[in-house]
This record gives sequence, structure tokens and C-alpha cells, in this order.
Amino acid sequence: MDVLKKVPIKEQDPQVRAHNFDEVCLGYELEEAMEEASRCIQCKNPKCVSGCPVSIDIPGFIKEVENNNIEAAFKIISDYSALPAVCGRVCPQETQCEQVCIRGIKGDPVSIGKLERFVADWARNHNIKPEPPKEKNGKKVAVIGSGPAGLTCAGELAKLGYDVTIFEALHEPGGVLLYGIPEFRLPKEEVVKAEINNVISLGVKIETNVIIGRSTTIDELMEDEGFEAVFIGSGAGLPKFMGIPGENANGVFSANEYLTRNNLMKAYDTSYDTPIITGKRVAVVGGGNVAMDAARTALRLGADVTVVYRRSEAELPARVEEVHHAKEEGIKFKLLTNPTEILVNEDGWVSGMRCVEMELGEPDESGRRRPVVKKDSEFVMELDTVIMSLGTSPNPLISSTTEGLEINKWKCIIADEETGLTTREGVFAGGDAVTGAATVILAMGAGKAAAKGIHEYLTSK
Amino acid sequence: MALDYMYTITKKKSLANSIYLMDVKAPRVAKNCYPGQFVIIKMDEKGERIPLTICDYDREEGTVTIVFQAIGSSTQLMAQYEEGEAFRDFTGPLGHRSELIDMPREELKKKNILFVAGGVGAAPVYPQVKWMKENGYDVDCIIGARNKELIILEDEMKAVAKNVYITTDDGTYGFHGNVNDCIKDLVNHQGKKYDLVIAIGPMIMMKFVCILTKELGIKTIVSMNPVMVDGTGMCGACRLTIGNEVKFACVDGPEFDGHLVNFDEAMKRLQMYKTAEGKKALRQKEGDTHHHKGCECHEE
Ligand SMILES: Cc1cc2nc3c(=O)[nH]c(=O)nc-3n(C[C@H](O)[C@H](O)[C@H](O)COP(=O)(O)OP(=O)(O)OC[C@H]3O[C@@H](n4cnc5c(N)ncnc54)[C@H](O)[C@@H]3O)c2cc1C
Ligand SMILES: Cc1cc2nc3c(=O)[nH]c(=O)nc-3n(C[C@H](O)[C@H](O)[C@H](O)COP(=O)(O)OP(=O)(O)OC[C@H]3O[C@@H](n4cnc5c(N)ncnc54)[C@H](O)[C@@H]3O)c2cc1C
Ligand code: SF4
Ligand code: SF4
Ligand code: FES
Repeated sequence: MDVLKKVPIKEQDPQVRAHNFDEVCLGYELEEAMEEASRCIQCKNPKCVSGCPVSIDIPGFIKEVENNNIEAAFKIISDYSALPAVCGRVCPQETQCEQVCIRGIKGDPVSIGKLERFVADWARNHNIKPEPPKEKNGKKVAVIGSGPAGLTCAGELAKLGYDVTIFEALHEPGGVLLYGIPEFRLPKEEVVKAEINNVISLGVKIETNVIIGRSTTIDELMEDEGFEAVFIGSGAGLPKFMGIPGENANGVFSANEYLTRNNLMKAYDTSYDTPIITGKRVAVVGGGNVAMDAARTALRLGADVTVVYRRSEAELPARVEEVHHAKEEGIKFKLLTNPTEILVNEDGWVSGMRCVEMELGEPDESGRRRPVVKKDSEFVMELDTVIMSLGTSPNPLISSTTEGLEINKWKCIIADEETGLTTREGVFAGGDAVTGAATVILAMGAGKAAAKGIHEYLTSK
Repeated sequence: MALDYMYTITKKKSLANSIYLMDVKAPRVAKNCYPGQFVIIKMDEKGERIPLTICDYDREEGTVTIVFQAIGSSTQLMAQYEEGEAFRDFTGPLGHRSELIDMPREELKKKNILFVAGGVGAAPVYPQVKWMKENGYDVDCIIGARNKELIILEDEMKAVAKNVYITTDDGTYGFHGNVNDCIKDLVNHQGKKYDLVIAIGPMIMMKFVCILTKELGIKTIVSMNPVMVDGTGMCGACRLTIGNEVKFACVDGPEFDGHLVNFDEAMKRLQMYKTAEGKKALRQKEGDTHHHKGCECHEE
């Protein structure tokens, strides 16, 4: 074995997986995991831990994997994270824990995420669950939204003995884990539902079909229903569009709609009622994780797919692993290209997209080089479907119905980073609703911090 | 059907050929809903999320009334549900409540208001008229339909509106003509003056009412029913062009200033899933996939 190289991980063949929704990455077997774990040098001052937003004791759990004590490894991880099978799959590890791993200086970093996933999968397959708290303190806390922020906050509070109810607007819990990230990266029944069930087994109640701001309000929860504190984890909100002509034509979708129809409503399975327009020639506009997910979903539904992004490859915000997977599967990339108009036929359907080529100019505020239009570079792509993946802007539903809850100039909820406390007493917030679209693990970190903040608030009250 | 579904149908009534009324137990929705808002129903595990306007509510009983027309595969399935059975999901209230409710009382008092209901649109109009009556305001209401059989809620409406005008396209009942003919008759021949029209019905009807009321200079509010998925602002499927802006019907509406709505675009968008859904219905008839009634195999 070459200690500088990570133990390779099995993946479904690109040609095969381009036609199914089964998981791409197949995970480690026990022997492989133990071998990979042995590459960790158990640093005294482990850099990896500081790279993890929830500070998992990484060398601690890896040591247990090396010694084939997987249950012990799971107990360690569970002290820090409620969703390890999720994070092991979708965390951008290469820019977090693994980026700073000492092993990475001279070779491949330890595959921390893949090991975390292995431990969580093993525990699930052996029916090992986190332990519920021994004593309840009888205090009620409401959590709004069942994405990673809400689930984590709820789980942490339940462990401390609180009586926690999650209110979720949709008909199933999970947030983006359920409706956004596709099955082939994050299996729903097997992984997401199982981890949500772990949170439920800690004593957390989940009430679906409740929209805070409409079905009831934060004030009513606190005044009439006896909740002493509220955590808002309502996510990133409304999809953005470009504002170019033709954008409301039939066949133009937001990535959220396309993914929701397919993931939450299971449109790819013909026994479900929700329809989806698959399209034959699809352009996905944008370059983030969401764009990659939409593109790879359209591909699996049988389309010829091109990702259109206005900067160059180096600036693609999506994870390198996702771009690599997308390319392997046959997705084309039209970089340094920006749409200016969607062409529409007389029935109101998309027939093409007018674009211009771009070149990179001076760096802008974000430090990335600003794309500028190349002269006389206009051209038309023939298409029948366009998926817009341009990010989101916050949903005002909660902020506009909760007095004293302030938002910043980007309309995100203002909350203290350490405690999650908002400008309203007893109300805490975290995750995408506070930061704008970010990552699963950052949302979890915020949920965890807020749980601590709520606990301090309620014990000192 | 799984027994643990909680949104029980406490009453079912057929109002006309293929138009049904149901009272559904949904205490959270009943507690906080108002005229103008809507709910989303998902009948079972594999069903679509179907938006329907709130047509009445009983806060004490915790029930919400819906009225729907069985036009496609989902609404036809819904028509097969009976009293005592239950829906898996019933979410709401969604959208903004009617603008009238938040209008200053003084202003509202001065207004002459005409409600225009087309077909099944009488159902969403009814709670608004009822609210007006309960708060002491008199309003007029036109109920229009293709023929006599399709006129619904006539008695209920008469109990709450000052004047109810019935009109049918084929003249089988009431005034002979469409709702626009009826509006013109009221304004031009019967000396009626209106400062506000609230029109709810098929998009094509709302479009033509708006063309007429623009000519007549009467402000008009319409209730839009584009295709929706989540109904909470997350997907953008329900987007409309209002003036020069793109708005999401589920969070910004569903009621808008009718003179600003781009109806042609909205009507095209409404067709988007018709073909896909038609193909699917065919597959279901041919037995590739099917569910509910007679086949319990999908329910765990
Ligand atoms: C397609 C896609 C792919 C992604 N891929 C990755 C990835 O690979 N790695 C990664 O780390 N991150 C990824 N992300 C980002 C990540 O999923 C989010 O940052 C994360 O889910 C945010 O968590 P959250 O709990 O704040 O919000 P969400 O997950 O958005 O959950 C919010 C929940 O609140 C509910 N809600 C909203 N309003 C209300 C209300 N008024 N009342 C009741 N409930 C309400 C919503 O229905 C939702 O269920 C991706 C995102 C998308 C969309
Ligand atoms: C805010 C709102 C309020 C509504 N209120 C009522 C009501 O009170 N009574 C009533 O009978 N109908 C109402 N509708 C319309 C109702 O939702 C549709 O008739 C229903 O979704 C059609 O489904 P289907 O599968 O039976 O028909 P199909 O024609 O088979 O549906 C095909 C597809 O098109 C969509 N669709 C078709 N027609 C409509 C439509 N008119 N509006 C939105 N989506 C549509 C469906 O979601 C489905 O995906 C309302 C719609 C909205 C958005
Ligand atoms: S949660 Fe994410 S960042 Fe933390 S150890 Fe796991 S993969 Fe790394
Ligand atoms: S930095 Fe790398 S080698 Fe060091 S403890 Fe963490 S995982 Fe192991
Ligand atoms: S229905 Fe999804 S945003 Fe309105």
C-alpha cells in the first residue's frame, strides 16, 4: 500500500449511471475503511478538526475504525453530528476537514468524509441509534424548518432534555436534503429518512404541512402554544431569474422546480402523479452545485445537457468532484458564455437561447475576475428546455409576520453567530435563512450553536 | 387507504355535474384562514400537490370547505373520495388574504363593488361576499356559466349578496350571454355604477372581464391559478408577469390587479403540463400504472 495515496473508492460506471438514479459512489467496505483509517497519523494537534464546522473528533473516530470498533466510532461522531451519513456524502470535504489534513501536504489527505459515511452506513445497517436523553426538562421549544439546521438544533435540544417540535411547510421533512439534492448523490429512503428517524428517536416531534407565517405565527407559538423559545431554520428561499426576455416561456424552469418535481414529487417514477418536462436539448444556466444536480438529473431523464456559465472553469463554484462526475457522464460545458434572450415559438415554448461569449476582466469585489462581453460574439443555441440555477433570495414570509425580527440589506435574518439569537427575544435562527445559500455542514453548525444559545437562554431565564 | 391520514372529509356534496364540495377537517388551517387564500392537498403518497381556493371555513369545527371541478386525472381521483375518508396532506392557508379585508373600513363603505364569478369561480367568490355581508357591506354578484346545470351556490350567494345576477352562455337560465354581456347590461342599461370589480373564474374569462373593465375605467382584482408545486415560494413554477415585474402567485398573490396581468403568457403557461398529463392518463388507463381505489398495493 502506498500511504501517500488514498484507498480508491468504488463508483458506478459513468455509462451505466447516466441512465439511472442509483447512488454514484458506492462507499468503502470494512477492510478498505480500516486500511484508509490507518493512514491517519493521529496528530496531537489535529488540523482537520478545526476545518470541520462542527469540530468532530476526527482522529478519535478514525482510530476506532482502524481498530474495527465501528460502533464506538459512531458514538464519537454522534456526539458532534446528527447527520453523518449525509455529511459524509455531501460535505465539500476538500475545502474543509480534508483541505487542512497533514497527510495532504505530501500526498492525498485522509478520506475523512468517506470514512464518516462508512461509519454512519455501518451503524444504520446494524441498527445502532443514538441514545435518547434520560431525563426530560419539560420545556417546549419550536423549530421552524426540517432542513439540516432545524434537524440539528432539534436533535441537540432533545439530547439536553427539551420537548422539541419541528414545524415543516412541506409534506415531508428534510429540506434541501429531500427536495434539492438528488437521489444519486444522497439516497432518500435509505439515508435521509434514516437519519431523520434518528432525530425522531431522540424524542423530537415533527409536524408537517405547517407554514409559519400562515398556518400560525411565531407569536402564537409562544403565546398560545407554550413554546419558550423558537429556532428559525427556514432555508434560502425564492429562486432568482435573470430578467431576460422569454424567461417565462414554457420549458423554462428554476433548478428548484426541476429538482423538486423529481426528488420530492418523484416525477421520474411513473407511478407518481407529478409530471415533469424532460426535454431533449437542455441548457442549465449557472455553475454551482445546484446547477450540476439539475444537469445530471436532466441527463438521467434522457436529455442532451449543456451547462452554460459566464466565468471560466476555475471559477465554477460547484465541488470539483461534482464537475468531474458530470463530465464523466457526458454533460457538456459552455463556459464564458452568458444568455441574453430565450427564444420562444408561437405556442409559447422555448426554441433556443441567444448567448454572448465572455472574457475575464479585472477582479471584482469577490476577488474573482469579472466577466465582460466579447464584441460581436452573439450566437444561438437550439434548445427546448432551460433550467435557471442562479441562486436564491430570502423568503419574507416569516420576517414579515414576526414583529421585532430584523433582516439585513440582503433580507437575511440577522442572528448572532455564536448563539443564533435574533433581534427578537427568545427567537433564534441559523442556516441558509441567515447566511444565504451555503452548505449542509454550515447549517448544521449554526443549528448546533443555536441549540447551545437556546439552552443558555432558557436556563438563565 | 391508510387509516392514519388525518385530514378527514366530514362532508361531501355534488354541486353540479363534476363539481364537488367537501368539508375537510384541518384545525390549523381553519383557525387562521381568510377569504382569498388557498390550500394545497396531496391525496396520498403518490399524489400531486393540488392547489384549491378556500371556499368557507368553520373555526369552531376546525373544518375548511373546498369546491373543485373534476377536470384532469388528479381532480377526478379526488371526486372518488367519500365522507369519512381522509387526505394525506392538507396545507395552508397559502397566499395573501383578500385585499378587502385589510382596506380601511371608511374606504370600503364608500365603494360599490361587483363580484363576477365564472363557473367554479363562484366557490372562491362566495367567502368574500359572505365576509362583506358579515361586516355590514352590500355587494352585487354575477354568477355565470355555460348552462343552467353548471350554476353553483346560487342560494348561498343570494343569502349574502344584495343582488345576484345569473347569466348563462346558452340562455337556459337567467340572463342570456356571458359575464361581460351581463356587466355591460348592468352598467349601460340598468344604471349601475361600480368602483371595484372582483373577478374569479377561468383565465380566459378574467382576461376578457379585464379588457372590458379597463374600457369602463373600473379597477379590477383577479385571482390567478397558475401551475404550482410547493406553494411556499420555493420553486417559481407559479410565476406571472404583472406590469413589468415577475411575481410568484403563491406568495405575492393569488390576487392581483387584473389590468396589470399578462394573461396571454399565463394562459400559455397553464397549458404546460396538459400534454404530459394527458399521456400519463392514457398510460394509467392502459394499466401500466394505477393507484388508489381498488389497488391498495402502494400503501404501506
Ligand atoms: C440542489 C442543491 C444541491 C446542494 N448540494 C450541496 C452539497 O453537495 N453540499 C452541501 O454542503 N450543500 C449543498 N447544498 C446546500 C445545502 O443543501 C443548504 O445549504 C442546506 O440545506 C441549508 O440548510 P437549512 O436547514 O438552512 O435549510 P433547508 O435545507 O433549505 O431547509 C429549510 C426547511 O424549512 C422549511 N420552511 C421554509 N419556510 C418555512 C415556514 N415558513 N414554515 C415552516 N417551514 C418552512 C422548508 O420547507 C425546508 O424544509 C445544495 C443545495 C441545493 C438546493
Ligand atoms: C391558487 C389556486 C386556486 C385554485 N382553486 C381552485 C378551486 O377552488 N377549484 C377548482 O376546481 N380548481 C382550482 N384551481 C385549479 C386546480 O388546482 C386544477 O384544476 C387542478 O390542479 C387540476 O389538476 P388535474 O390533475 O385534475 O388536471 P390536469 O389538467 O390533468 O392537470 C395537469 C397539470 O396541470 C396543472 N393544472 C391544470 N389545470 C390547472 C389550473 N387551472 N390551475 C393550476 N394548475 C393546473 C396540474 O397541477 C397538473 O400538473 C386552483 C388553482 C390554483 C393555483
Ligand atoms: S462533517 Fe464534513 S467537515 Fe466535518 S468531518 Fe465530516 S465531512 Fe469533514
Ligand atoms: S489532520 Fe489528517 S492525519 Fe492528522 S489527525 Fe486529522 S485526519 Fe489524521
Ligand atoms: S408554487 Fe412554487 S413558488 Fe409558487
